[in-house]
Amino acid sequence: MNQDAFDISLSLFALIDWHGFFFLLFAAIACIAALMVVLTDNVVRMALHLILSLGATAGLFFLAGAEFIGAMQLMIYVGGTLVLLVFGVMLTAQTQLVALRTPASDRVLAGILAAALLAVLVQAAFSIESWQKSGQGIVSAPTATPLGMALVGVRVDQSAEANLLDAKGGYLLPFEIVSVHLLVVLIGAAYLARAKRRRVPRPVDLMASVDSVEPNSSVDSPSTVLSGGSE
Amino acid sequence: MAEFLIETIGLPTWFAWTAVAGLSAFLILNVIAGGALVFIWAERKIAARIQDRLGPTRTGGRFGWLQSLADGIKLLAKEDLMPDGADALLFRLAPYVSFCASFCAFIALPFAFDTVGQRLNVGVFFVVAVLGLEVFGVILAGYASASKWSLFGAMREAAQVVSYEVPLGMCVVVPVMLAGSMDLVTIGEKQAGWAVNWFIFHDPFTFVIFWVYCTCAIASVNRAPFDLAEAESELVAGFHTEYSGLRWSFFFMAEYGSMFLVSALAAILFLGGWNGPVPVSELLGFSDGVAATAPFALRFIGCMNLFLKATAGVLLMMWIRWTLPRLRIDQVMTTCLKYCTPIAAAMFLGVMLWQLFLPGGLVPGSFRAAAGVREGWLEQSYRKESAEDESLSLKKLSRHISEVSR
Repeated sequence: MNQDAFDISLSLFALIDWHGFFFLLFAAIACIAALMVVLTDNVVRMALHLILSLGATAGLFFLAGAEFIGAMQLMIYVGGTLVLLVFGVMLTAQTQLVALRTPASDRVLAGILAAALLAVLVQAAFSIESWQKSGQGIVSAPTATPLGMALVGVRVDQSAEANLLDAKGGYLLPFEIVSVHLLVVLIGAAYLARAKRRRVPRPVDLMASVDSVEPNSSVDSPSTVLSGGSE
Repeated sequence: MAEFLIETIGLPTWFAWTAVAGLSAFLILNVIAGGALVFIWAERKIAARIQDRLGPTRTGGRFGWLQSLADGIKLLAKEDLMPDGADALLFRLAPYVSFCASFCAFIALPFAFDTVGQRLNVGVFFVVAVLGLEVFGVILAGYASASKWSLFGAMREAAQVVSYEVPLGMCVVVPVMLAGSMDLVTIGEKQAGWAVNWFIFHDPFTFVIFWVYCTCAIASVNRAPFDLAEAESELVAGFHTEYSGLRWSFFFMAEYGSMFLVSALAAILFLGGWNGPVPVSELLGFSDGVAATAPFALRFIGCMNLFLKATAGVLLMMWIRWTLPRLRIDQVMTTCLKYCTPIAAAMFLGVMLWQLFLPGGLVPGSFRAAAGVREGWLEQSYRKESAEDESLSLKKLSRHISEVSR
């Protein structure tokens, strides 16, 4: 009896479509965590749920064989949330911001917007012919080399002749524009965040200036010079 | 290995894959946990010797070699405390987050040719990305402990990790550029042969950038002299002040795990990976220097090679920890932004120019010839393998589907 039950459960276990199982698992984690981001009050927990959601999305990418995109997702999105988390921790160190409550009107507005976006995305996803067929999930994983080649302007996925005829194949220009843009943002951030120093002369300089003052015009005592300098 | 189980022994497909996955996970877990046991003992002995004392001597007979096990039992028996004001969920979750990040990075780390949990074609990138996630556990622990010391420690750690990821990334890119691949197996196999083929000896720039990598790696795993997050003279114990027992030990397993990981990564990227300094097996005629056809025992020896190199890296970290004083936070930032990043950038440029103008090395033909042959072979075999795998799995899948539908 027990043996039979064990055999049946074993055969059921063998029948599980593992690809589908993991897809559903990661998708469920991503969706539930995304909902929790909206519904939680605590900023740090929000950030944690966001990390979970983005991490599960990375899992979906790995499942689809897109290893480069998956690693990118981990590095940029999940890693970027780190800074968000730090800000969350810094904000909640003061007590008035521990709980962030959203007003009901904002929730309704956000709900309407999200529903509209979801409708558009679902419609767009189901309108693509080639996504309707089953068994599209398993593809051979191409290496990151074609991506890198395309980034410097050589599209190896297109044929050589097409590449010659149509020179707009690569992604060099967009890549450069984005990187220059990021550089500008970095410099701007460093400029805004720099420590604004007051010009306080060092005591050594003051003493030197006192020394250089003519002996007969020594109306200013060193103490007034010091107090004047430290404004 | 899964194919072997299916074809030769005749196990069902699902069972073979599950068994192989379980075995890989089990082995990796043992590398981390067993490694932590050994390294904690080694750390205590080395610290003691550097400070002119004996360290553990009694537990387990000579040398106190069972000391870590005794510590582990002590930690198991400790009371699991949590502060009143703590965020209970995050407090409990934090150690596991740290440990999982450390564990996940090992999945893509090859221990010998093709002896890897999951061969990713972006292996380097994956390992570096996942390694950066370990800091989440630290920040969550610092926040959830509801303690000033913990919060300070976590904030310092966050600032340090975010800034050191930049030069670390630049250092890692250099071997990727030399090998022309982000696949760790390919990078390691390109350095086969004599020790002069190792990327650290490729040109003067890579030699310099190896040491920059070492600095950044020590900083990114939060070891002294960069251990501001747990500066015990200022912050009690930093982010793990409020932890005790097994949760506390999870943080330490994660720390020793990532120490081993960055050392192994250094070994693969710069020090020839699983290849010894002298190609002994090739000289003795046991193999023709092609890793895929080499006997299985050679892969085992390759594993030993990599473990030796990684252990040497970990011991170097311990030596540094017990020799140098802790840096101040501004010194940490200065080291990163004023020294490591510019040096890494300049060396990156240098390696690029070297590759352009002296692709054969100073002695023409010594380096690139071997690598060129190997490169072609690797690409071909990898493609053939993957094509075969694909057709095999597709066939299996279709058969499976037809069975199910029937």
